[in-house]
Amino acid sequence: MRYQLIGVNHKSAPLEVRERLAIPESRLPDCCRDLTAHPGVEEGMIISTCNRVEMITHTTNGSADLRGFLHDHFHLTAAELDAHLYEFREKDAVRHLFRVASSLDSMVVGEAQILGQVKEAYATARAVGTVRGQLDQLFTRAFAVAKRVRSETAVGSSSVSIASVAVELAKKIFGTLQGKTVFIVGAGKMSELAARHLMAHGCASIFVANRTYERAIGLAQRFNGQAIKFDDLYNSCDRADIVITSTGSPHAIFRREHGEQFLSRRKNKPMFFIDIAVPRDVSPEMAKLDGIFAYDIDDLQQAVSSHVADRRHEAELAEAIISSEVERFEARLHTLDVVPTIVSLQDHLETIRQAEIDRVRGRMGPLTPDQEMAVEALTRGIINKVMHTPITTLKTAAREAEATTVIDVVRRLFNLHDKSDTPPEKKNEVGTRQ
Amino acid sequence: MSLLWLRFALACYFIGLIYAFFALSRTSDLFSRIALHAASLGMVFHFVSLVELFLSGHVVWASVHNGESLLAFFSMTFFMIIYAIYKTTSPGVVVFPIVFFLTFVAAVDEQPVLSTSFVQHKGWLVAHIILIFTGYAALVLSFGASLLYLLQERRLKAKKPSSLISFLPALEVIDQIGYRSLLLGFPFMTLGLITGSIVAMSTYGHVDFADPKILLSILMWMVYMVMVFTRWNSGWRGRRAAVLATFAFVAAVVAWAANYFSTIHRFAAS
Repeated sequence: MRYQLIGVNHKSAPLEVRERLAIPESRLPDCCRDLTAHPGVEEGMIISTCNRVEMITHTTNGSADLRGFLHDHFHLTAAELDAHLYEFREKDAVRHLFRVASSLDSMVVGEAQILGQVKEAYATARAVGTVRGQLDQLFTRAFAVAKRVRSETAVGSSSVSIASVAVELAKKIFGTLQGKTVFIVGAGKMSELAARHLMAHGCASIFVANRTYERAIGLAQRFNGQAIKFDDLYNSCDRADIVITSTGSPHAIFRREHGEQFLSRRKNKPMFFIDIAVPRDVSPEMAKLDGIFAYDIDDLQQAVSSHVADRRHEAELAEAIISSEVERFEARLHTLDVVPTIVSLQDHLETIRQAEIDRVRGRMGPLTPDQEMAVEALTRGIINKVMHTPITTLKTAAREAEATTVIDVVRRLFNLHDKSDTPPEKKNEVGTRQ
Repeated sequence: MSLLWLRFALACYFIGLIYAFFALSRTSDLFSRIALHAASLGMVFHFVSLVELFLSGHVVWASVHNGESLLAFFSMTFFMIIYAIYKTTSPGVVVFPIVFFLTFVAAVDEQPVLSTSFVQHKGWLVAHIILIFTGYAALVLSFGASLLYLLQERRLKAKKPSSLISFLPALEVIDQIGYRSLLLGFPFMTLGLITGSIVAMSTYGHVDFADPKILLSILMWMVYMVMVFTRWNSGWRGRRAAVLATFAFVAAVVAWAANYFSTIHRFAAS
């Protein structure tokens, strides 16, 4: 496991630094090639989004000079760059990548976009051939981990912006927003955004009332809605299920008597007021009415922040998943490493055994079945005893950092070759020679 | 034998009962699935129990406890219909305890069998019982829904962020469940009372309006009518509807309890 990762993100580096490191999509393939051309780098790929630039590599000795690559490639001095960089190796690099793919390292934890971006970066690097076996394994796992985090925790489930909290609240009241009517009182950026969200979730029609009628018309046109004269507000407001209000009025414009009037005209069907005006447009007295649900900006803000808190809790669960996945990945890598050695060790000794038995048979002539069995058991016993310690040592070493050393030693001691580059005849030869 | 099946059903409903208590404080998909499966299994046992009862040949429909069993079964049926339409088990919070209670009482012991031989028209009697119980079951659901409505309304009004995450369906969905149960139950209740009067007329020649059972039934029916009317006319829901529903429910329970006092509607020959 000789993974190395270097990069900057929104936490480690200010926008000015990230800007200088950002790599446009068109240059990504070339950049990947440059990265793998850097001394010590075997495989490499680059994730470049507005919040992060990261180079993930698999290196020959686990300590390639990736900082040097960044300095050269972006023409930045160590003084300018190094303070903002983070660098991870081996297990830490794996963990970091898992966290990034699972959107735990994102500015908005749990946002879904990052996984797509990582996948794109992966596809690009794969296409230019800078991602092969090692990184391939790592990323396949990272995607699986991201999926697991998404399905086993609620990290990605709650929405965070005020507009989407408003939508969620509306859904808690009305169930479906299909066919509901929205009334915007006081045209503004925020209310427009909220309305857009509501429409996206199925709200059917929209009314707009504004002190300046022209602005109401303008906004209504954008939504294919209907502009209402401000004076008609109280007469038409009861038609709306959801009212987004954000006027600059110094006093509440919706008072208790209005609420009562609306409710009686609506046969007490509930109304949802999203009051984003400061000072508030909906009087607290009116909000107390049965069937009127009024949320002011603070209520919404609170809902948003509680979502963030929920996410934090879920993020802890996700971190636990990631830790266990990192362990699993590491264990699997190592086990994969030792398995071929064990197999070729077994093959090797078995070849020797067979060759020796054949030789004995040649000298002594055919054996009786009993003798045959005895010889078989005897030789097998010896071989198993001889193999026992090396194999257990290999298996134990697989879980530790020294795996590669042990593998090397065993291979050298027993003169083992990679299965792929040792044709069977050659193996026999090795056997008979001894 | 029928009683044994009923006890099996009771055990299943018990899981539902536990769910009802837990669901108020926390949300668990797994638990609600378990409760749902347990409840379905309970209904199967329950159904077997009712069929056996029917096949046993005695017309024991009119025993108090068999009636309770039947009512519990109808309530569960309504619950399942609601689940099929709205995919929510939350009415179970109210329905499960009631069903459990009814089944529990019904499963306690063998019943003294009522001699209904003096009833002239058995068909009317059976119709009366089935109609009334369907009406009752709808009332149970509607009562449950109105309580849930209150709960959800309070959560939304409290504006505590945690209230956003709750097992309760949307306010309007709860409202619809309640209203539809109410609308569905009303004709059954009405027809049930009419068939009841027919049975009484044909048996005694008159309807004794001074009988507590009949008085209470009429009171319950009137409250029921007021509920349907206020709902239809001015869309009463929330607190006011819940008060009415509770009132109707209590009246129904008392009317049921009056079986023990009423002279003409008494089941077990005393």
